[in-house]
Amino acid sequence: MTRLALFFAAIACALSALAATATPEDRLSSVFQAIEANRRDEALKRVDALIRDHPNFRLAHLVRGDLLLARARPLETFGNVTKNVPPEKIDGLRAEALARLRAQRQRPSEDRLPRLVLQMSAEQKHAFLVDSRRSRLYVFANDAGRPRLVADYYVTLGKNGVEKTREGDQKTPLGVYYVTGNLPRAKLTDFYGSGAFPISYPNEWDRRLGRNGHGIWLHGVPSDVYSRPPRASDGCIVLANSDLDSVARYVQVGQTPVIIADEIEWADPAAVEADRRSLAAALEQWRADWQSRDTAKYLEHYSAQFRSGNQNFAAWAAHKRKVNAAKSWIKVGLARVAMFRYPRGRDFVVVTFDQDYRSDGLSNVMRKRQYWLKEGARWKIVYEGAG
Amino acid sequence: MQIPDAPRPTLRRGLIALIACAVLGAGAALADEIEDANALLKAGQHRQALEHVNKALAAKPRDPQARFLKGVILTEQGGTKEAIEIFSKLTQDFPELPEPYNNLAVIYASQGQYEKARTALEQSIRTHPSYATAYENLGDVYAKLASQAYDKALQLDKSNTGAQNKLSLVREIARGPAPVAAAAVKEPAKPAVTAAQKPPAAVAQKPASVQEKPAPAPAPDPTAEILKTVNGWAQAWSKKDINAYLAYYAKDFKTPGGEPRAAWEKTRRARIEGAKSISVGISSAKVTLNGTHQATVSFRQAYRSDRFKANSSKTLVLEKSPDGRWQIQQEKSG
Repeated sequence: MTRLALFFAAIACALSALAATATPEDRLSSVFQAIEANRRDEALKRVDALIRDHPNFRLAHLVRGDLLLARARPLETFGNVTKNVPPEKIDGLRAEALARLRAQRQRPSEDRLPRLVLQMSAEQKHAFLVDSRRSRLYVFANDAGRPRLVADYYVTLGKNGVEKTREGDQKTPLGVYYVTGNLPRAKLTDFYGSGAFPISYPNEWDRRLGRNGHGIWLHGVPSDVYSRPPRASDGCIVLANSDLDSVARYVQVGQTPVIIADEIEWADPAAVEADRRSLAAALEQWRADWQSRDTAKYLEHYSAQFRSGNQNFAAWAAHKRKVNAAKSWIKVGLARVAMFRYPRGRDFVVVTFDQDYRSDGLSNVMRKRQYWLKEGARWKIVYEGAG
Repeated sequence: MQIPDAPRPTLRRGLIALIACAVLGAGAALADEIEDANALLKAGQHRQALEHVNKALAAKPRDPQARFLKGVILTEQGGTKEAIEIFSKLTQDFPELPEPYNNLAVIYASQGQYEKARTALEQSIRTHPSYATAYENLGDVYAKLASQAYDKALQLDKSNTGAQNKLSLVREIARGPAPVAAAAVKEPAKPAVTAAQKPPAAVAQKPASVQEKPAPAPAPDPTAEILKTVNGWAQAWSKKDINAYLAYYAKDFKTPGGEPRAAWEKTRRARIEGAKSISVGISSAKVTLNGTHQATVSFRQAYRSDRFKANSSKTLVLEKSPDGRWQIQQEKSG
């Protein structure tokens, strides 16, 4: 008898611990589970409790409205609002419900890895990937260079979708970016919620394509809402304040990559590793050829469409021939190499590393960034500059 | 279960009837006062009704019937605070009665306190799972709560005062088998009292028209015809054939809340269309003829839909239309 009581006490304890760690989204999902199991009273109880704890979770109110209305009459649709309101108001919440449910139900398989992350550098403790179609931000930890999914969050993106090109187009950029700053709550208005992390849009590639605009941030939400619809920002990546606080723990300003894609492709780890090796080999060959002062071989690593600042390939080649010819020895060391595929590019990778350059003339250590593109069977550099 | 202060009556479980204890137990004087108060309330003479109820209460302060009636009168007079006290106290003293809960809910709903209304109605149903009025009211309260939840979801203005409360206030606790066949008559919280006076006038016109044709042939016993009508009505309702169902109601049908015919039809349509399936069974029907052109039919009605089940007593007052069809002129349930 006592043992039984203890057993139940333990279960109750475990359950209450579970409730404490369950996110509002987990709890919303459990509401839907109860609805699917045709336990509507239980569903209503759960959503009531959720609203008690998160009174600004508008989607929860919508679900609660449905559960109550279903007691009065059959529902015609999800979000069966009876009043005449602009449909887009309800559609935003419906879209949020779908995004959140899908994220809860279609978890990435544990034996797959995102194709976008070829290699994280030793200093990068985490990487953020945004899947715009799923309205989701995934946080990966760095397991000896390999990404390991540790958390994921619902996000709001630009009103007009993705692939930002112009200032004011209310789109979220697609590309490989880095967190460049940390703006604490005290420095912001309530609109940005619990904080903001600017990212490096427009990056080298955006500028090369003539894209402009600025001020793309990861940030929170105003205090009167829990979350916003999937497409509602002016291009920023918006998280619930509690989620932003969680994400903040992973951020290293200047280090943490934020890769924004249409859709994250989850691939066989062996295939990702093969990609990584292929590019790592090209990078190593580039280093070796530079060090050998065989300028012709070194220049073969550069694409005809190469550009760096206002130098095109011809200008770059002329400059390198002149510099290399003046040296009697060169030593190049690479460290802290990170390699991320560029979203939407076929074989297009941003490579960042510490370059330790020594020669009989100049010696320097710098952070360098290159954009590598596969042309035919060969990886070629299309951009190179300070990282 | 013994009810304090009510000498004899016991409540049979599942029955929505606290037999009019005044009639059975207390003195005839008390019964008279309550009956008078009831009549005056129906005539819209609230002040006089209150006087009679207060007399009854002076004699028997704990009498549930009198207290309940006082609550109803006060509600209709707008004395909601005192009415809430009376109904609340009744729920404490007689927790097995569903009606005080129902009326508490009606008042709460009229104040926009839908969560409180919901709690009260759920309690009402807990005490009497077949209490149809509470079910219907609860449906309205849920719809209202849903609307509030949607407003929060969409961050709409909270200024939706335009929506009128249309819950049904129950006027009496007991449905006595007494000839005064007034069951729990459904009336809105603010009834157009004049409506209650209309039907008798309308009925009065009928005999007048009959008089134009002197010496009518002795009519055959129409009981069978009347029962056929009632069964047809129940079938149309069960089939969700709304037009056929509505055609069973006379042009001068006294709508339960005194609302306009069109509004009543709209509500009925919504309710019937809102159910996936309906089945209405009729048993123990008893026909009483009141002259050649009017009849009263009392029966047990077993209502079952995908949303709820209710067994209740019902009385239909039918009248014969000029084209010879029997049509429903009043419908009372409890």
